[in-house]
Amino acid sequence: MSIQVDRIRCDGYGMCAELLPEMIELDDWGYPIVRPGTVPDGLLEHARRAIKVCPVLAFRLQAVPESAPAPAPIPLRAVPARGAH
Amino acid sequence: MSDQILWFATRGAGTVSLLLFTAVVCLGILAVVRWQSPSWPRFLSVELHRSLALLSVVFLGVHIVTAIADPFTSLGVVAAVVPFASSYRPLWVGLGVISVDLLAAILVSSLLRPRIGQAAWRAFHWLSYGAWPLAVLHGIGSGSDASAPWMMTIAASCLAAVALSLTWRVAAGRSNRGELSRIAAGAGAGREPRRA
Amino acid sequence: MPDLQRPVHQRRLLDGPPALSGAETLTSHVARLGQLPPRAASREVIATLEASGLLGRGGASFPVGRKWRTVAERSGGRATVLVNGAEGEPLSAKDRVLMALRPHLVLDGALLAAGAVGAEEIVVYVGAAHTAARRSLERAIGERSATAPSPPAIPTRLVVAPDRYVAGEESAAVHFVTEADARPTVTPPRPFERGIGGRPTLVQNVESLGHAALIARFGADWFRAAGRAETRGTALVTLTGVDRPGVHEIELGTTVAALADLGGKARADTHGVLLGGYFGGWAAIDEAWDLALDPIALKASRRAFGCGVVSFLAADACGVKTTARIMDYMAGQSAAQCGPCVFGLRAIADVTRRIGDGAADTDDLARIERWAGQLAGRGACRHPDGAVGLLASALSVFGEEFVRHASLGRCSRPEFGEKAA
Repeated sequence: MSIQVDRIRCDGYGMCAELLPEMIELDDWGYPIVRPGTVPDGLLEHARRAIKVCPVLAFRLQAVPESAPAPAPIPLRAVPARGAH
Repeated sequence: MSDQILWFATRGAGTVSLLLFTAVVCLGILAVVRWQSPSWPRFLSVELHRSLALLSVVFLGVHIVTAIADPFTSLGVVAAVVPFASSYRPLWVGLGVISVDLLAAILVSSLLRPRIGQAAWRAFHWLSYGAWPLAVLHGIGSGSDASAPWMMTIAASCLAAVALSLTWRVAAGRSNRGELSRIAAGAGAGREPRRA
Repeated sequence: MPDLQRPVHQRRLLDGPPALSGAETLTSHVARLGQLPPRAASREVIATLEASGLLGRGGASFPVGRKWRTVAERSGGRATVLVNGAEGEPLSAKDRVLMALRPHLVLDGALLAAGAVGAEEIVVYVGAAHTAARRSLERAIGERSATAPSPPAIPTRLVVAPDRYVAGEESAAVHFVTEADARPTVTPPRPFERGIGGRPTLVQNVESLGHAALIARFGADWFRAAGRAETRGTALVTLTGVDRPGVHEIELGTTVAALADLGGKARADTHGVLLGGYFGGWAAIDEAWDLALDPIALKASRRAFGCGVVSFLAADACGVKTTARIMDYMAGQSAAQCGPCVFGLRAIADVTRRIGDGAADTDDLARIERWAGQLAGRGACRHPDGAVGLLASALSVFGEEFVRHASLGRCSRPEFGEKAA
């Protein structure tokens, strides 16, 4: 089971991150960043509680689909002076 | 003697129910304005709101059942469900009955929220702003303790608590949603990030 | 014929009357290309498209045959074809040119698609700003309904898309046609599962449909005969930042250098090129010059062919300021539905502008790197991902310049005025 967020419904209440800090943290504006992947069995109850607390029903648990692995993240650093030797 | 017990039970359960209901309304507002402190996480507002709501329904149930069972009030089951059908203080009891009907709608819609969806649930939930004042009026008008100081104090405190919370809600205007278009256009409050 | 001697300029989609004569009439179209072959508008064309290897020209480069097959499998005869001519990408003009000059090619493609996937309706979705394209398509639809068509006509209507960047996103297009709201919706379900009227919907770019219309007549082998690299066929590109900007049809695999020659741009006069539009990315001119404009090859090197935009950056222009302007545009074009996109893109745009103006705080570069790193995949649509991808390419290609701006408040390009150093 993985966590799927309805990004349009989400209004940044942030209660999910309080109840499932192992997998959800809040960005600089209070919106959830969800760790991708399966929810470990030991955390499933906490995940369900986090889902129920959301005042706008913005996310749910979903059976993990057979999909391609996520693409590698884009490197995001300003490359300093090249050829500076 | 047993009549008196029922009468005390009705008034007591009713009063407790009103106090709990008031707390539920205030907690709901705390949740929406996203109140938090080091000892009060945000989720607590939601979970406590739900638990106390269920508890207040229990006390409400006791209040209604004992009121019907009490021979002094001569309230039948019908009068407990149909507004203004009682012979005892029909107006004030009737307001309470309306309040209960609205609460029933809110309760059922909340229990069925996954089925009916967020928009419908929200529409029903707005009824609480009607149900609560009716409950207060019912409490002030139908009991024989209405003019007793302790009852007035309780009613006044409930009113103050909700008035304060509502003022806070209006002032905070806390939903992000309204701001989104302005911020995207670069014209809005451009909320500063919590971390630099 | 060796590459050097083959003309860069191709004439397949844009074959026919010269551009000055405007929209091609139905009479001219049929005289030039003939009717669609009988039984062309059926499931059989899907196999031909798959064999041709035609990739979608809307930006994602998804195989067209496979897309039609997916919708056909679900349609039950009640699908819809949405002809996507929104072209919200500001740097791209190819779709409006194709719609304006060759509307009957586009409509042929739509008819083919409708027959292949089992659609009962065609919706032509044209951006509000593209007035010539809209008039041309309205007239073309009128011409068709006036004659006795073969194959039989499928109800076709034209819907004007709002002038917003995300209006061309497939779920936004469906949302607008269904509920007059051009904002993306949460997917799944995607349009091929549930689209207009809740039925499977094929959303296809106008150029892709144009190619399909030719492939149905001349075959997959004919299509594959063109091409200079791995991906076969021709494509429309929009060339800007050159002496002779415009829309050109080229063989896929043509190099950036060849295109620069076509448009008039010397290597010394540019230091970067934007490939694929705002949803694509920058490439340093040294690396880009010999790059083949081929969707598969570009994806392999972490770049994008996208919607075929090739935009050269003038040698005296500042890559940082140009990127800041693009990020500001992308932030403003957010559908404003999802917090991370709205807050994140706006913050990134404002800080990038600060850096571009040479007024940055010490931590500004680290800030935009962190915010951008958090943004991918956290909106309902891919708009923030596209913007972040562009920023990432800018940080890579103009990294030196970003650091100079951020730490010294100076720029190496004359565009910067007195702070140039």
